[in-house]
Amino acid sequence: MLVSYKWLQDYIDLSGVSAEELAEKITKSGIEVEGVEKLNEGMSGIMVGHVLECEKHPNAEKLNKTLVDLGNGETVQIICGAANVGKGQKVAVATVGAVLPGNFKIKKAKLRGEESHGMICSLQELGIEGKLAPKEYAEGIYNFTPDTEIGQDALVALNRDDEILELGLTPNRADAMSMLGVAYEVGAILGKDIKLPNPQPETSSEQANDYINVTVEAKEDNPLYVAKVIKNVKVGPSPVWLQTRLMAAGIRPHNNVVDITNYILLEYGQPLHAFDYDKLGSKEILVRRAKDGEVIETLDDAKRTLSSEHLVITNGTEPVALAGVMGGANSEVGSDTTTVLLESAYFTGGAIRKASKDHGLRSEASSRYEKGVDPERVRPAAERAAELMIQLAGGELLGGVVEADSLEVKPAVVSTTLEKINKVLGTDLEMKQVEDIFARLKFETSVDNNTITVTVPTRRGDITIEEDLIEEVGRLFGYDNLPTTLPIGASTPGHLSEYQKKRRVVRRFMEGAGLYQAVTYSLTSAEKAAQYALDQREPVELAMPMSEDRSILRLSIVPQLLEVLKYNIARQNDSAAVYETGAVFLKNSNDDLPEEREHLAAAVTGLWESHPWQGEKKPVDFFVLKGIVEGLVAKLGLDNQLGFQKAVMEGMHPGRTAEILLNGNVIGFIGQVHPTMQKALDLKETYVFELSLKALLEAETAPLQYTAIPRFPSITRDIALVVEKEAAAGDLKKVITEAGGTLLKEVQVFDLYEGEKMEQGKKSLAFSLKYFDPEKTLTDEDIAKAHTKVLKALEEQAGAVLRG
Amino acid sequence: MQDRLKELQAEALEKVAAAADLKELNDIRVSYLGKKGPITEVLKGMGKLSAEERPMMGALANEVRDAISGQIEVKQQELEEAAVQKQLAAEQIDVTLPGRPVKTGSHHPLTSIIEEIEDLFIGMGYTVEEGPEVEKDYYNFEALNLPKGHPARDMQDSFYITEEILMRTHTSPVQARTMEKHQGKGPVRIICPGKVYRRDNDDATHSHQFMQIEGLVVDENVRMSDLKGTLQVFAKKMFGEDREIRLRPSFFPFTEPSVEMDISCKICGGSGCSVCKGTGWIEILGAGMVHPNVLEMAGYDSKKYTGFAFGMGPERIAMLKYGVDDIRHFYTNDVRFLKQFSVEE
Ligand SMILES: [Zn+2]
Repeated sequence: MLVSYKWLQDYIDLSGVSAEELAEKITKSGIEVEGVEKLNEGMSGIMVGHVLECEKHPNAEKLNKTLVDLGNGETVQIICGAANVGKGQKVAVATVGAVLPGNFKIKKAKLRGEESHGMICSLQELGIEGKLAPKEYAEGIYNFTPDTEIGQDALVALNRDDEILELGLTPNRADAMSMLGVAYEVGAILGKDIKLPNPQPETSSEQANDYINVTVEAKEDNPLYVAKVIKNVKVGPSPVWLQTRLMAAGIRPHNNVVDITNYILLEYGQPLHAFDYDKLGSKEILVRRAKDGEVIETLDDAKRTLSSEHLVITNGTEPVALAGVMGGANSEVGSDTTTVLLESAYFTGGAIRKASKDHGLRSEASSRYEKGVDPERVRPAAERAAELMIQLAGGELLGGVVEADSLEVKPAVVSTTLEKINKVLGTDLEMKQVEDIFARLKFETSVDNNTITVTVPTRRGDITIEEDLIEEVGRLFGYDNLPTTLPIGASTPGHLSEYQKKRRVVRRFMEGAGLYQAVTYSLTSAEKAAQYALDQREPVELAMPMSEDRSILRLSIVPQLLEVLKYNIARQNDSAAVYETGAVFLKNSNDDLPEEREHLAAAVTGLWESHPWQGEKKPVDFFVLKGIVEGLVAKLGLDNQLGFQKAVMEGMHPGRTAEILLNGNVIGFIGQVHPTMQKALDLKETYVFELSLKALLEAETAPLQYTAIPRFPSITRDIALVVEKEAAAGDLKKVITEAGGTLLKEVQVFDLYEGEKMEQGKKSLAFSLKYFDPEKTLTDEDIAKAHTKVLKALEEQAGAVLRG
Repeated sequence: MQDRLKELQAEALEKVAAAADLKELNDIRVSYLGKKGPITEVLKGMGKLSAEERPMMGALANEVRDAISGQIEVKQQELEEAAVQKQLAAEQIDVTLPGRPVKTGSHHPLTSIIEEIEDLFIGMGYTVEEGPEVEKDYYNFEALNLPKGHPARDMQDSFYITEEILMRTHTSPVQARTMEKHQGKGPVRIICPGKVYRRDNDDATHSHQFMQIEGLVVDENVRMSDLKGTLQVFAKKMFGEDREIRLRPSFFPFTEPSVEMDISCKICGGSGCSVCKGTGWIEILGAGMVHPNVLEMAGYDSKKYTGFAFGMGPERIAMLKYGVDDIRHFYTNDVRFLKQFSVEE
C-alpha cells in the first residue's frame, strides 16, 4: 500500500511529524514501512508555462519552435520534439538551470540553428512512470488544465511535493489497505483524533428502484450488494488533484467515473464498480455463480471461460462482471456514458480468490476482497462515490435505496484480564494504560474489576481472541518498553543427542582428512535420482515440479557431488575433494512419509598430495578414500566390524569398486567412477564413496575400556607369499588371522610385487605378523607352533606358498 | 737406536700433522704403531743392548709411541670436527621455501552458522531437535494454525508430493512434533535446524532449498519479555556486544503477538547505508508468542502454558556476517568459496 503523506493529512493532523519520523513510528508500532519516497527528489526549476506560439522548426521536420511565457515576466524560445505540443497549452517547463531525475541539468542549447531555453516536459521526464500516466499523456508532453496558474512550481501543481510511505502489509492487516485504515492506525500510534469524510449526497426526485432491481442468488458469496444510479454524468478527465493522488498510489487515471471508483477503493478500501447503465440491456442485476463453460469478455479484452466456482454479476441473463475481480467489456463506462450504475458490494474471499487465481487476475479489488473488506464501509463508500460523481462529473443521484442485504454484521467482542496481559507480555501495566491504548485505537471497552471487554470494530477483522488484544496492547505500549528478561522455571540441561554428537565427529574427521563440506540440493532429475542408489527403491516424485531437473527426491548423494566436482574442474580448480552428510529419500507407500536416511558421501578428483618444489604429485586413488573410510570407522570405534568386498555397480569401475560392510551388512560402496561417466562429466580419475551414516552412527560400540600396556616384548615374523594374481589380500589376511590363534595380535600387508620376476599369473604379497602374549615372554617354540599353523593354513586354504 | 726412534717420532708427527682425512690418519697409526711398524722393528734390535740400556730404551720407545698416538688422537678430533662441519655445511637448506601443506577441509559456512547457533542455545538449556524434510500437511500447516484454505498458505507456495504430503516449507513442524511428544507437559526448550523447500526460482536472493533454524520454549509463565531477553543474548553473542535489537510488529499464523527482530546496522552504526537500505536496521528473524491454537492442538492447556518461538535463515545470517552477495554460492560449492570458511573465528 502506497500512502501519500499529503493525502493522509486530510484525516489527521501531522504537524510536527515528518514523513520520515512517521514512517519510523509506524514501523515500530504497527506496520513495516519499507521505504519513503520523495516524489520531487532530485528535481528543481520546473515551472508551469504558457505556450504563446508554436510553429515547425525551420530546419527540422520533427521539431517545433515554441515561445513560452514562464509567468515570471520572462518569455523564452524552446525547441520541443513532442508531437502533441500546441499553442495555448499550459505545460511543465524545465527552465535553464533546472534539474530533472538522473541529475539531468537543463542548459541553454542550439538545436539545428535555433536557440532553446529550456525543455517542455512529459510526465515521465518528471519521474512518473509511463504506465501510470493518463493515456493521452503517456507519450508526449503533459498539458495542465487551462485554469492552471502559470509561473508556479510545476511539481507543486502536480502534487509532487509529497512523500510516499510504502507499507509492507502482512496478511492480517487488510485494514491498512485504505487511507482511512491507515488514518486509524496513525491516530492510534500518535494518540490523535481523526476526521472521516461524511458524505451526504443530494438525491433527485427520481427513484433508483425504477431503474434497477438487485437480486442475489449466491448469498454466501455476496451477502450485501448496494446499487446506486447516477444520471446525466459527463465523462471526462478528472481534476488534477484526483489524477495525481491516483498516480502517487500507483493507479493510472482513466476518466472521472472510473477514477472516482478507484479513489474510493483507496480511501475506504471498498472496491466499487461502475457499469454503463444503458449498456446493461436490462433493469436487473442478478448475482450468481457462473455456469460451467459460461464466457465473459473482461475489460482487458480477454475472453474468459468460467466455472461454477466463480461468481458473476449478470443483467439477469448475461454476465456483466467477474465479481470482485474485473468488469465486463460489454458494460464498460466510456466517453459516451451518461447513466452510471454504481456497485458497492461485500463479497467473501473464497470465490474471489478462486477466480483471481484461475484467471491470473490480481486486481486492487480482488486483493482487498481476498483479505476481507469492512462490511460497515459498503454503504458509506457508495455514498462518497456518488457525492464525488455529482461534484466532479455533474451527475444526478437517484433517490431511494436499492440493495440486497443478507449480511449480519456482528463486531467481535473479546475479553481479557489485566493479569493475562501482564503475564504474557512480562509487563506491569495498569488498567488505565490498557484502556488508554484501546481508546487510541477507537475501540469501545468496558472494564469490570480486572477484566476488560473490547468491542472490536468490523474494520479490524484480524482481532478475534484475547491474544490479539494483547498484541494491540504490546505494540502500542511499545516493544522497546518491554522489560528484558530470561525464562524462569525449571532449568533444562542443554545438549546434543549421541547421534548429533557423533555426526559432528564425522564432519570434523572428514574435514581433518582434507575434504570440504558441500551442501547440495535434495531435488534432482529422474536420471540422477536413480544413479548410485544403495537402495533401489522407487523414488519420491513431486506432484508439480518447477522443472525436470528438480522433480525427484534424491536416492543418493554421489551424483550431486559429481556435479560439484564437474563445476569446480570446469572453473580451473584442478583438484577437488568434497563430502556431504544429508538425507536420501526412500519411498514407502503413497500415504506414508518416505524414509529419510542420512548418508555420508565423498568425491575426490585430481591430485591428492602435491608439493611441487619437491617434485611430488600424487593423484587420488582407491586407497586414499578407503583409508578415509577406515580411519573414520576406527574413530567411531567400529573398525572390528568393518569389511570390504569386491563389487560391480552401474556407473562404477568394474575392477575398482567395493561394497562397504558393517557387521557383514552392506552399508555403502566405494570405488572409482566408471571412465565413461568420468568422461561425460569431464573428470579425470575420480573416486567416491557413499554409506549410510545412520547405520554407522547407530551401530553398537563396545564401551571404551582400558587395556594394559604390554609388559612383554612382541615378536614379528615377516612372510612373503606367492599367490594367484586374483587372490585378495583381505582373504589371505583372514586366513592368517584365523589360523594364528590368540597369540597373533596384528597382521599387516607390507609389500605387493607384481613385477616381471614373478611367474605369469602370480604375484607376491608380504605380510608382517606380530605375536604377543600378555602373560609372558614368548619362546621360539610358542611362535613356531603358531606360525607353522599359519603357513599350513595359507597353503591349504589359499594355495599360497612362501616365496623362495 | 735412540736416534732412530727420535727420527721415527719426528717423521710420524710430521705425517700426522699433514694427514688430510681420517683414513690417512688411520694408515699412519697402523704403519707406525702397528705390530709390523718401524718402532716394533727397532725394538727387535733390543737384544743387542746391555741390561742397563734395555729399560731405558723400552721407556723411550713407549714415550715415542705415546707421543705419536697422542698426536694422532688430537688430529683425529680435529678431523672429525671438520668432517661434522663439512656435513652440516652440505646439509644446509633454504628455510624460506614453502612447507608441506597439511591437507585440510572445512565446514560449509551454513554448518558453521548453524553449529554456532546450536551451541549458543545449548548453553542456555536447549536441546537440538530434528524432523523429516518431507512432511505431512498436518504438521507443516494445520498444526501450526494454518488450516486448509488459509490465505497465509499463499505466502509459502510449496512442493507437494501428494495432497497430504509435501516438502516442508519451514522447520516449524519439528516444533509441532516435539510439543506433541511432550504430551502437554513442560518445559520444552528446543532449537530446530534443517533444510526447507519453497517454490521459488533460484536467483541471487532466492533458493528453492534453504536452511532454517528455529527455537521454541514452552512452559508455565513464559513471557514476551523472556523472548526479548533471549533474542538480545543471541544477537549480541552472534553479531557483537555493541549491537542493539529492535522488535517490531509482524504477522505469523503460528504466533500471537508476532514480531520481527532487527539488529542495528554494523556498517553504518545506525545512521543508514545501502546495506540497511537507509534504515539503520537489518532484519534478522521472526518471532512471537506461540498461538494458543498451536498449543491446544499439540495438547497443551493454553490457559496454563505459554511459549515463544523464533526462526531465522542461516543463509541470510551468513550473507550478512560474511558479506556473501549471492545465495546460490551456498549450493554450487565452489571450492574457492568453501575454502574461505576454513578459518576458525
Ligand atoms: Zn547501515
